[in-house]
Amino acid sequence: MMQAESELFAGPDRQRLVVIGNGMVGARFVEELIARGGNDRYDIVMFGDEPTGNYNRILLSGILAGSHDVEDTYINPLEWYEDNGITLHAGVRVTAVDRDAKLVRGDMGIIEPYDVLVFATGSSPFVPPLKGLSSHGTEMKEGLFAFRTLDDCDRMIGFVPKATRAAVIGGGLLGLEAARGLLERGLEVHVVHLRSHLMEMQLDAPAGHLLKATLEGMGVRVHLDKQTSEVLGEHRVEGLVFADGTTLPCEMVVVSAGIRPNVSLALDCGLMVERGIVVTDELRCPGDASVFAIGECAQHRGQLYGLVAPLWEQAKVLADRLAGRIPDASYTGSRVSTKLKVMGIDLAVMGDQDPADASDEVVTYSEPARGIYKKLIVRDGRLGGAILLGDASAAPVLLQAFDRGTELPDNRAELLFQLAAAEGVTGIADMPSSAQICNCNGVSKGALVAAVEAGHCTLKSLCDATRAGMGCGACKAQVQQVLELAAGDRMQTDPSVHYYVPGVPLNKADLVTAVRERGLRSVSSVFAALAGGHEDPGSKAGLASLLRTIWGKEYDDERDARFINDRVHANVQKDGTYSVIPRIFGGVTTAEELRRIADVAQKYGVPMVKITGGQRIDLVGVRKEQLPEMWRELGMPSGHAYTKSFRTCKTCLGSEFCRYGVGDSTTLGVQIERRYQGLETPAKLKLATAGCPRNCSEATTKDVGAVAIEGGKWEVYVGGAAGAHVRKGDVLVVVDSHEAVLTYMGRFMQYYREQAKYLERTYDFVPRMGIETLRSILVDDSEGLCARLDEAIDAAVDAYFDPWQEAVAPVHPSQFADALEPVGAGSAS
Amino acid sequence: MTAASIPLDGMVHYDLGTIDRIPPGEGQTFLVAGREIAVFRARGTDEVYATQARCPHKAGLLADGIVGDGKVICPLHSNKFDLATGAPLGNACQSLTTYRTEISHDRRVLLWLSAAAGWSGST
Repeated sequence: MMQAESELFAGPDRQRLVVIGNGMVGARFVEELIARGGNDRYDIVMFGDEPTGNYNRILLSGILAGSHDVEDTYINPLEWYEDNGITLHAGVRVTAVDRDAKLVRGDMGIIEPYDVLVFATGSSPFVPPLKGLSSHGTEMKEGLFAFRTLDDCDRMIGFVPKATRAAVIGGGLLGLEAARGLLERGLEVHVVHLRSHLMEMQLDAPAGHLLKATLEGMGVRVHLDKQTSEVLGEHRVEGLVFADGTTLPCEMVVVSAGIRPNVSLALDCGLMVERGIVVTDELRCPGDASVFAIGECAQHRGQLYGLVAPLWEQAKVLADRLAGRIPDASYTGSRVSTKLKVMGIDLAVMGDQDPADASDEVVTYSEPARGIYKKLIVRDGRLGGAILLGDASAAPVLLQAFDRGTELPDNRAELLFQLAAAEGVTGIADMPSSAQICNCNGVSKGALVAAVEAGHCTLKSLCDATRAGMGCGACKAQVQQVLELAAGDRMQTDPSVHYYVPGVPLNKADLVTAVRERGLRSVSSVFAALAGGHEDPGSKAGLASLLRTIWGKEYDDERDARFINDRVHANVQKDGTYSVIPRIFGGVTTAEELRRIADVAQKYGVPMVKITGGQRIDLVGVRKEQLPEMWRELGMPSGHAYTKSFRTCKTCLGSEFCRYGVGDSTTLGVQIERRYQGLETPAKLKLATAGCPRNCSEATTKDVGAVAIEGGKWEVYVGGAAGAHVRKGDVLVVVDSHEAVLTYMGRFMQYYREQAKYLERTYDFVPRMGIETLRSILVDDSEGLCARLDEAIDAAVDAYFDPWQEAVAPVHPSQFADALEPVGAGSAS
Repeated sequence: MTAASIPLDGMVHYDLGTIDRIPPGEGQTFLVAGREIAVFRARGTDEVYATQARCPHKAGLLADGIVGDGKVICPLHSNKFDLATGAPLGNACQSLTTYRTEISHDRRVLLWLSAAAGWSGST
């Protein structure tokens, strides 16, 4: 339909432009072309083999590390293509180019004729030919990943819980970024590098060694001069074997051994291909006047580029040329410089790493204890190259000197220290307005100042308006400095970072006060009173949690404010089925209970019966409609394994049977779980009791735990974790009875309910408050709160009811309906 | 399944029953002419919206999402959509197909679908 229309309106000069590749360069080129009026000249067709619009690949490491959301990475959503009249074949792989007929052929029989063709096919991760990459010669072995696409990232994050140790093959920039992400997610990370120092593309040997020491200080294990020869494991990864005969056991392997330009299409259609697709200064493929190539796949004057800035420069030159703005625009190569963070460490590199000949002057400064290394290559009084590691404060000045080829001061130290020492605002203030701050999106200091003048006075709105800081994000600190300089008193911080939920402009303390003072007992009444009636869906579940904690039985429970799990009291799975986990107090069950569980599992054909880590049994893959009947037949209460609440109390055998036990951990665990079951909390609580310091039930790494010690005493731990974060809990108090354990645990939980942010786990809450402060408030009663906290937790315990009773009395007839049918149909209205 | 008759304008309407079949502020999946459709009821105003049943991202059931301010958040990965236009909000999913709905004088929810085999939505 779109094609027919465009043909209809096509003037005699109108041409068909086909772009193969919808990555950061292909899409950037089309954006630049449209900005130059390219729509008047061309009907634009794009092919992209990923199913989404285009996204910022540079930020993938942030997603892996958990510091960015997927949403942060999107550059152009699918609507953008539609709005600009671009035909996008998303998720369609191009299979052939016929240059004689001027046709591009894609999957599913798609054929697009072209007048002008642009290759922006990018590159693919290079996977070295190791033994044992695949299981049974077909798919990649489970646990083995490349790190290139959103999908890779997704699958890696999904796999992290199954691994404790990961190996990253390749110690280049991308490999180290992958290592950072996995380290942040709590894995033991090994970087295996073929060369004798890290990041040899960007760093010289001394800088590489310094970086290695800094990374090791952060907990990364680095193996240099190590050639991987084999991946162990039959179906899933079990380890690596190296050429020197040594091995490394691990459950996860990320291959980041460089990239290779995607050239096979170009090769197949007879274009000149060396390492990349060869292009002239016009970015044209020699021998075919209508075919161009840009990006990581293109080879220009013998050089391949992998950093975004030069590639976007190519996109701009080609857009100038094809839009007819500058018909003789040409690309003459880029002086490569980059400023980035490697695992949080500042790094700026430009030009040459090493002197070209004896006449080059080399200036170095090294401070290993702080991980700082600086090196300048001075050539004819000008900057030929530089490395700044650990302290990139001199980078803006050096980048300018490098880009413009200006003469350097005779006292070279000025470059490294004086300007750096003057630092911050002065450095930025001295820069001319043409100086580029954001190298990804090419935003100058002048453009930022203009945007501030136009009223963008928070960091977020300034970044949104100019796109500065929206690439790799390394320049954000400088954008902030420009903002401070230009806005002065008008500068604002974005207040929403302090809100309890995004849709109500109050922090938690003020929100609680407003809710109490105005008697707001339902989520909709909070929106009406405090948010102008806007029922922000992203704020509902957080408000529901808070109101239930404040009002207990008096809470006006509007079910639509709950996440689906809390509406149907089960955990939604990726296929829309649910899991049923009945409560088994303290992990102690009976033959009769087990038989009932088995009968129900069999009767309802439950696809998987799983023993959980919390000492109970999970029936997974259940349809919504089956839930109430299964609960009824189980005759057991809900285990609350789907919600932000007290989950379980794991126990070890303890003194009743265990020959080492010094305390009765099973009885205590059952008491704890009976009392606090289902208690609503800001984030989930997992508990355990251990009958002796051997800690078999892992009580020291639970949100709340109790460990029996000699002399009939119990240590009460809080703030432990052994999930994505691993943290040993802090001892809140040592007591000498089960009753006292229950009291202190309850008091801590109530304080946590009142003070923690929504979704803040205890392992963040306890260090944020400080264990000393918590002891003083909850044990020494320094603020006189204890009696009230104890009363409040009693009330919350009293308000408990088993949500699975809704099997008998659903709150709404459709509560457990999978799908309803119409009652009639017709034509009258 | 009730047979549908075809009016002049090529649209068929289905009577989904009274609005009370959907709890206020929630969604419900309906099976209409063999196809899944998500129908949402706004809290307070009782406006009703209909969209395709599953999220274009990973097929999450949108009717199980959290609804408010004319938007729905998918229960699986929190992608947000505008219920009236189907447009994705802050994500790169495709737009949802939306369908025309109407509340009758006796509070019944009427859903209008194209009678044509193409079964296209109103957007």
